[in-house]
Amino acid sequence: MFRQNGSFAKTMEVLNAIFVLPFVDMFTEPVFFAEVVVGGLLTGVMYSLVALGFVLIFKASGVFNFAQGAMVLFAALTLVGLMEKGVPVWLALIIAAGVMVIVAVVIEKLVLRPLVNQPDIILFMATIGITFFLEGFGETVWGSDIHRLDVGIPDATFEIGGMLLNEFDIWAAAIGAAMVAFLALFFRYTVIGRALRAVADDHQAALSVGIPLKTIWIVVWSVAGFVGLVAGIMWGTKSGVQFSLSLIALKALPVLILGGFTSIPGAIVGGLIIGVGEKVAEIYWGPLIGGAIENWFAYMLALAFLLFRPQGLFGEKIIERV
Amino acid sequence: MLYRESGQYKTSYTDDQAIFPLKQDRWLMAIALVIAFVVIPLTSSEYMLEAVIIPFLIFALAAIGLNLLAGYCGQISLGTGGFMAVGGYTAYKLTTSLPDMNMIIVFLLSGVAAAFVGIMFGIPSLRIKGFYLAVATLAAQFFLQWLFNKVEWFYNYNPSGTITAPPREMFGFVVTGPHATAEARYMITLVVVAVLALVAKNLTRGHIGRSWMAIRDMDIAAEIIGIRPLHAKLSAFAISSFYCGVAGSLFVFTWLGSVETEAFNINLSFQVLFMVIIGGLGSILGSFIGAAFITAVPILLTNAPQFFGFNLPIDLQKHFEVMIFGVLIIFFVIVEPHGLARLWQITKEKLRLWPFPY
Amino acid sequence: MNLKKTLIAAMGAAVLAAPLVAAPVLSSTAEAAAEQFFPMIIYRTGAYAVGGIPLANGYGDYLKLLNARDGGINGVKIKFEECETQYSTKVGVECYEKLKGKGDVGPTVFNPNSTGITYAIIPKASVDKVPVHSMGYGRTAAGDGRVFPWAFTFPTSYWSQAAAFINYIGEREGGKNNLKGKKIAFIYHNSGYGKEPLPTFNKLAKKYGYDFKALAVDHPGQEQKAAWLQVRRYKPDYVFLTGWGVMNQVAIKEAAAIRFPMDHFIGNWWSGAEPDVLPAGKTAIGYIAATFNQPGAGTQAHADIVKHVYGGDAAAAKKGQIGQVLYNRGIINAIYDTEAVRTAMGKYGNKAMSGEQVRWGLENLNLTEARLGELGVKGFMGPISVSCKDHEGGGKVMFQQWSGTEWKIVKGWTDTMQDVIRPMIEEAAAAYAKENKITPRAC
Repeated sequence: MFRQNGSFAKTMEVLNAIFVLPFVDMFTEPVFFAEVVVGGLLTGVMYSLVALGFVLIFKASGVFNFAQGAMVLFAALTLVGLMEKGVPVWLALIIAAGVMVIVAVVIEKLVLRPLVNQPDIILFMATIGITFFLEGFGETVWGSDIHRLDVGIPDATFEIGGMLLNEFDIWAAAIGAAMVAFLALFFRYTVIGRALRAVADDHQAALSVGIPLKTIWIVVWSVAGFVGLVAGIMWGTKSGVQFSLSLIALKALPVLILGGFTSIPGAIVGGLIIGVGEKVAEIYWGPLIGGAIENWFAYMLALAFLLFRPQGLFGEKIIERV
Repeated sequence: MLYRESGQYKTSYTDDQAIFPLKQDRWLMAIALVIAFVVIPLTSSEYMLEAVIIPFLIFALAAIGLNLLAGYCGQISLGTGGFMAVGGYTAYKLTTSLPDMNMIIVFLLSGVAAAFVGIMFGIPSLRIKGFYLAVATLAAQFFLQWLFNKVEWFYNYNPSGTITAPPREMFGFVVTGPHATAEARYMITLVVVAVLALVAKNLTRGHIGRSWMAIRDMDIAAEIIGIRPLHAKLSAFAISSFYCGVAGSLFVFTWLGSVETEAFNINLSFQVLFMVIIGGLGSILGSFIGAAFITAVPILLTNAPQFFGFNLPIDLQKHFEVMIFGVLIIFFVIVEPHGLARLWQITKEKLRLWPFPY
Repeated sequence: MNLKKTLIAAMGAAVLAAPLVAAPVLSSTAEAAAEQFFPMIIYRTGAYAVGGIPLANGYGDYLKLLNARDGGINGVKIKFEECETQYSTKVGVECYEKLKGKGDVGPTVFNPNSTGITYAIIPKASVDKVPVHSMGYGRTAAGDGRVFPWAFTFPTSYWSQAAAFINYIGEREGGKNNLKGKKIAFIYHNSGYGKEPLPTFNKLAKKYGYDFKALAVDHPGQEQKAAWLQVRRYKPDYVFLTGWGVMNQVAIKEAAAIRFPMDHFIGNWWSGAEPDVLPAGKTAIGYIAATFNQPGAGTQAHADIVKHVYGGDAAAAKKGQIGQVLYNRGIINAIYDTEAVRTAMGKYGNKAMSGEQVRWGLENLNLTEARLGELGVKGFMGPISVSCKDHEGGGKVMFQQWSGTEWKIVKGWTDTMQDVIRPMIEEAAAAYAKENKITPRAC
């Protein structure tokens, strides 16, 4: 079969480079490998922070809210704008959160209510309109300059067992975990949380037992706004608050489909898988094909999971009836 | 009064099945074609052609492509930019390695290449649905963009990584490259778009279009009545990508002239999707209207303040423009969720009864 | 149902719309006195606005200064119009089409302010007879004036910059021969712009024997942990950054996070401005970047801008970002362009110059130290002379360091190894000429 020895050797070499050498590499430098994995996990949490906002809204209203990225930007811009005006951090946080509630109310009144019962894609399109509006509005009010954001989260590097870690990343992970725990408890035990779950299950049934849909939607969009604010703080501290914050939505999308549109734990687990997956792939396989594969690899990874579970890891099973 | 079918009798099945069964529609179409082929090239300024009309046509073609997939077959794709890139780069490779090949053939072949890529990325659609599929198609978008940026062969190893449309002639006219007049580029774009739009219209009326629509409306039911989802979905991906591919090659060759991979970025995919949704899912006319809306409205908004004599700072003006654009999208989606094409359809129905509605 | 109203409104809007789309054409015809028209393709919004705003401010302010202080260029009033692109190539082309028909004698020169837009309009501009000046960006091959008569890249190019970088670190290592075995990591924006220096680095790696690793970061570059983990493992002696927008800010933070020594971390001239280092706070101190203009607002020209453009209001000028690296770059861009007009006037007389005349002016631009002194920018920028053949000007490059509050030059004009770079430029230009059937003109 392999009459041409040269090509056989070449094939083996390629296979070796793809299937053997990266693993050899991982085992010969375990500390570095661990650092890659930890780095991936921490990055994954940052993705989850953005993905959470999407999940909340999709869960309660079935809307794929493309505007989540713009909400992150808008919330962060509001916060940093207030802080630059001399408002203390805690007050600025409260005001920014309040602004996000107003945004939620306005969206519910002007966009969602007239579109009740429309197909998903139409609601999706409407949220794209919201995206444009929020981006334009945020820039009109606060300008397009870069704003430095420092809410006092420590940002020093320290070393553990040869691994270099950043305090900020640890804080981000902690905040992410706390937020998930809080949201999970909120959904589980509060009255509003139970109502939210009911709405998520079936709009009409929820309405018929007297759950006020309007209020629920406002609550959900407000909570998504808070989540956006937190995400905006974390990402904005890293890069400064600027327009490109609204682009991080794209990083959250693979997390979203991997974890499932409707699952809060899914957003976290999905984030971790994507984070580790893309870092490991980039570092160990990226150089073989020229690098910068992270972006598409995340989507391919999510796609691979979807082929086995079309509703994502934790999504609700899609039941189809004729 | 003017627009009604009374008095027009169909005497054969062929008549009954015609694309434009009404005489008035045929007239309208003929007038539109005359305007497109004669009036516009004679009267339009270079700016109009370059900045408004040529991009409008190219985007309309891409929107038709996406509409075949999303509007007729119900598979939402965000990979349009990637498929357009396949078209653009294939056309570039073809015409630089075979300089004597007729440009029309180059465009069509790049569509074919895109179709194959489309089939490959369409395979997951057999298992994944809805927004999950939409996001999954972003894999195509990002992968293809990465590929054309990374593999130097695609741009003939030039250090800047851009592709430039070389000068090519057809019928003695330069149709691509910098020396091609806007009129020449407009005409070749128009011919390609007009013919392909007609083909698309017919496709959607025939067997294949019906099977797509059956899949869209309820894929399990369609499967039960004997439509093979594999064939229907993959053919939709193939043909849709073909259209996008041709649009991509035109994008490079008759419009921008020189692009880097970044021109095919995700914003392009979204833009085409906006066109399809605003124009109307499942409507060829809607693709044109949507493309007109998305290409013309921002230009309009940019020029509006100047036209009315306001002199806003340019950044503020842009911010307002973005905001108004967003509001317009929301407005139209609320007023007519089925797209602008639906408005035209309603107008037609009203016209049939006008001026005596009851 | 008020559908009817909507319909009527929609139709009304459409009717109103028709003249609007055509508006720029209509307004382009009627003008009064012959003025020198500067089209400004800029971006003050969008993902890259942070860099675009000071560039546009600097360019615009200098033009305003000439009008206010000198009454224009040699008595010819300057008119300018901004067109916002959001850094998008498509919108940029629309801007180009809109602006190219304006002005009494056509536009002076286009500064696309984006590599993508530059690529797109270079072929068009040669047909429309408008010069394109991509100052330190764009298509490096356009430095060969024989193939690209209408495109200018002076004062320098990405390839020259890469060579200057090698020269600079060679000097720091005590001679370029000591670079042998040194490790250099190159972190680049994964686009045509970012990739530009790759051939130079690879070529020089062969010559000087340094070890070289290129790490790509995808647009927009908000997340680059993978690249920096690789840097951490590779342990390079130097890192060179080619970023833009948010990528710069994140890169500097990440470099600090892996404790990479900042003075061995060197950015290109689009990665070394105030907005890039400020978000990183103290950790950015020591970061070095290439530049071809002095930082700070110390020159006579700056003082004049404060006086004539901002009416002496220093605070307003500061708000307009005067003295920032990119603002200053906007100024020198304006100086090049206006001086080219002046050069052209020297030949064609003191009236508004057409694109073709300005092209001659750009090609024969010779800014001497003495002339720079007259302009009040001595030492602020380097002297330069452009020729028919050399549209890059073989310009030298400086390196500046961030002190925590301001940029300071740490290495003056550095040689750019034109003996190596120039043949590469000519080779790339020849390849372009062949592919696009251009016959290079004789020079």
